[in-house]
Amino acid sequence: MSQPKDFPEKKSNGNDGDLRVIGHPRRRVDARAKVTGQTRFADDIALPRMAHCKLLRSPHPHARIRSIDVSRATSHPGVYRVLTGKDLPIEYGILPVSQDEQALCLDHVRHVGDPVAAVIAREELIAFEALDLIQVDYELLTTISDPEEALATPSPRIHDYGDEGNIHKRVALEFGNVDQGFAEADEIFEDTFFYQGSTHLPIEQHASVATKDPDGKLTIWTSTQTPHYLHRALAKVLQMPPAHIRVIATPNGGGFGGKSDPFNHEIVVAKAALLLDRPVKICLTREEVFYCHRGRHPVLMNFKTGVKKDGSITAMHLQTLIDGGAYGSYGVASTFYTGALQTTTYHVPRYRFQGCRTFTNKPPCGPKRGHGTVQPRFGQEVQLDKIAEKLQIDPADLRLRIAESSNAVTANFFRLSTVNLSECIRRVVKSSGWRERFRKLPEGRGVGLACSAYLTGAGLPIYWNKMPHSGVQLKFDRGGGVTLFCGATEIGQGSDDVLASIVAEVLGLETFDIRLYTGDTDLGPVDLGSYSSRVTIMAGNAALQAAERAKSLLAEAVAERLGVPPERLRFAGKRVFDSAAPENDVTFQEAVCLAEARFGTIGTVGSYTPPKSPALYKGGGVGPSPTYSYTAAVVEAIVNPVTGWITVPKIWIAHDIGRALNPTLVRGQIEGSVYMGLGEALMEEQEFRRLPKKLSHALVHKFPSILEYKSPTSLDMPEVFTELVEEPDPQGPFGAKEVGQGPLLPIMPAVANAVYDAVGVRIDEVPITPEKIMKALAERKAGRAPRFGPSHFPHVDWPEALRVPPPWEGGDGNAINDVPRHAKPAPQPTPEKDKVLSS
Amino acid sequence: MVTISPASEKTAQIRFTLNGEQTDVSFAAYKTLLEVLREDLNHTGTKHGCELGECGACAVLLGGKPVLSCLLLALECGGREVLTVEGLGSDGQLHPLQDAFADLGAAQCGYCTPAILVTAKALLDQNPHPTRDQIREALSGNLCRCTGYLQIFEAVEAAVLEIAGRNRSA
Repeated sequence: MSQPKDFPEKKSNGNDGDLRVIGHPRRRVDARAKVTGQTRFADDIALPRMAHCKLLRSPHPHARIRSIDVSRATSHPGVYRVLTGKDLPIEYGILPVSQDEQALCLDHVRHVGDPVAAVIAREELIAFEALDLIQVDYELLTTISDPEEALATPSPRIHDYGDEGNIHKRVALEFGNVDQGFAEADEIFEDTFFYQGSTHLPIEQHASVATKDPDGKLTIWTSTQTPHYLHRALAKVLQMPPAHIRVIATPNGGGFGGKSDPFNHEIVVAKAALLLDRPVKICLTREEVFYCHRGRHPVLMNFKTGVKKDGSITAMHLQTLIDGGAYGSYGVASTFYTGALQTTTYHVPRYRFQGCRTFTNKPPCGPKRGHGTVQPRFGQEVQLDKIAEKLQIDPADLRLRIAESSNAVTANFFRLSTVNLSECIRRVVKSSGWRERFRKLPEGRGVGLACSAYLTGAGLPIYWNKMPHSGVQLKFDRGGGVTLFCGATEIGQGSDDVLASIVAEVLGLETFDIRLYTGDTDLGPVDLGSYSSRVTIMAGNAALQAAERAKSLLAEAVAERLGVPPERLRFAGKRVFDSAAPENDVTFQEAVCLAEARFGTIGTVGSYTPPKSPALYKGGGVGPSPTYSYTAAVVEAIVNPVTGWITVPKIWIAHDIGRALNPTLVRGQIEGSVYMGLGEALMEEQEFRRLPKKLSHALVHKFPSILEYKSPTSLDMPEVFTELVEEPDPQGPFGAKEVGQGPLLPIMPAVANAVYDAVGVRIDEVPITPEKIMKALAERKAGRAPRFGPSHFPHVDWPEALRVPPPWEGGDGNAINDVPRHAKPAPQPTPEKDKVLSS
Repeated sequence: MVTISPASEKTAQIRFTLNGEQTDVSFAAYKTLLEVLREDLNHTGTKHGCELGECGACAVLLGGKPVLSCLLLALECGGREVLTVEGLGSDGQLHPLQDAFADLGAAQCGYCTPAILVTAKALLDQNPHPTRDQIREALSGNLCRCTGYLQIFEAVEAAVLEIAGRNRSA
């Protein structure tokens, strides 16, 4: 067997010596299935009598449906059924405030790829042929291609809900007297940035198989990150009791946020299976995956930041204009997220945020790794680089001066737990040789630094309730077997391994001894899903509680047998023994049998609910987390001044993880984040173009294929030097914090800052392409500002800001110009209730 | 009463060697090797990510060389030898590449893994001691969105050492 490589610096953490599973580089529990091709993804499932489904999608970006004629398709040989919007009229959506999707569009299509009909046939090819036989009569509507057009074009409305015209959501929050903060500043910086949209591009295309069970209930296997929310959407649209629907999330062949919404194709095959009483499968083509999208929102940002001469921030005002695409998706949460985490890295005493999301006739945007916080992180970190230069402070030193500290409550009332940002900065400064290289490398070569913070799990559920966010059940059998049931969804990040390792550690077993049933709404208690980096802390803490409860049952029974007090017993090496006399022991299997004899059948449960957030104002539901991870990165860039070509040879990154449960997987998450961040920094973009007027003038994807949507290959990946900062966090299981998303965030701004160090031009836009560098170099040559990026931020009619005094101005977490929540009359349960949602 | 569309009639038939075993299969003539493996032979270890030859997830070895099974008609494979991930191990043991991938975090979601494993095997069969750059080059047609590739390179290098060690002791 190969020896896993450890990290260059492994810090000891007090009682590490006791840990036998946690913290050790290990083969993940599902590794064997993956390397033998036996992991069963959704499209690997084939059932007897299974039919196949294809969707007819709109070729127009915006149109009314006058009529649909499916008669020819219905009578095509081999076609079992054709469904249209009339068969599934009930609207759904991931957020309660954005129930704006129909599984098949009834009368209005909003982007190229919106589905209008479904054919279910004996073979996939027959279904495909029959799509051509469906006649749809469209009345074309004005296409809205970007947020500025949306602001200027209130009609026709893409949706008949939202704040106004084609504005989906406008928000404004103000924490403290921001104008006074600017008045106290020695320097004020104002910069506009643009962050282009990108897509997740999981290699697995979405696939689903639904069947009517022999007893008449519904089961669906599907590539989803959020089986619980799909469960809810299916119950609503199909008008079935949720208890009669079983959602099984198959292991996802990559998710990255792209499989977090309930999708039209999932609802369609479920309906078809019920109608036909036979299994129905759909597997999307790659082009269709581009139409599902839910990827990174394109965001235009304006950052105004006031600083003292020493670099301390006196006030910040951030405006974001967000291209939402055709549906709500997670967009209300995304909008708040573009303003949420600015305060969690550096101390910002006064902060104003205004965000506006518009609808456009493009595939809907949603959560992609770093959800909504990635774009403003880019702006903030590039602006800090500019501030440092103007103030003549080293960018690393500037950040060290203003970094937030542990247990702080931010201006917007997010309670931080452990904060090791400064240590992360010190690590990358040392490992990268920053002091010897920054502003000292030859022309064409540079280094850039950036930092970030990210949630370890959203503090609030999408549907507000008082129930736990995650639950785990453990079952113990007389053979010594331990079976774990949990709704958590394995999307490649290693959630199964997290659960197994925690239970194995507590009970003195190996991860191989734990049998796992996850991602199945019938078998396991609810876990809200694999999003917001929540699984390790929430499902992990639930597993920890269930395992500890089982351990105390077993200990009580074994203590009686061995004649020692239970607190003296140790669980290790599949034995339970007296720590004072280790030879006085029973096997784990005997322990289970003793406990069963003593207490009856042994099963335990555990659950987790995040701590209550002090952010009580409307909008304060997005951003709170039990704890935040921190990252610092240094990127080295080589820029050819003649061609603008950028090469990144090496990246140094340090991540505040709390504790690495399995360092092999932690390193994989960090390097995978670096990779995906580098793709966004240098090449990935979800671009659209208009077809010529003589055709339809439709707004279509420039690149709906993997070949043309450029993503980094093995040849593009730089060397990465990864360090972990491990101070166990009291909130996390064994002290663990998140790692799946945070390490992506500093990469794009660090690349931009490195390009500036290399050739002296600012690229205030992502992706940073050779073409943009050449344009900025030409600007410099012409004596103008050496910069490429957006020049203005359009006018938005902002609502009056909710004013929330920060803690140091005597605030209590409520807005002073809004009715406090506790003073409101009893809430009426309406679906349109303007709840603030988190993801 | 359902009539079978002429296109989906299983009129084609080939005999070929799949993972060392003589295999006869009937299928609709339009089908790619990928579709026949997955749908007609229930070998679902080989994956697909685009069916256009862009992502590399469907790579299998044809006569020992990596090919994209989504761009190859099954009809072209009569009499040939095809190796998929299901045929990598032997005698109930994983191939050293599989062990190394499992131990070193080279498979996260595992979706691109089968194709990368067989592509790496083809490389090692031809060049038992590849450099890091040769590994990068050999795997440059296989997209992985999870790992950032580095743990994959390290796993291939670990397998190289393991195989060399076994050959020495053999």
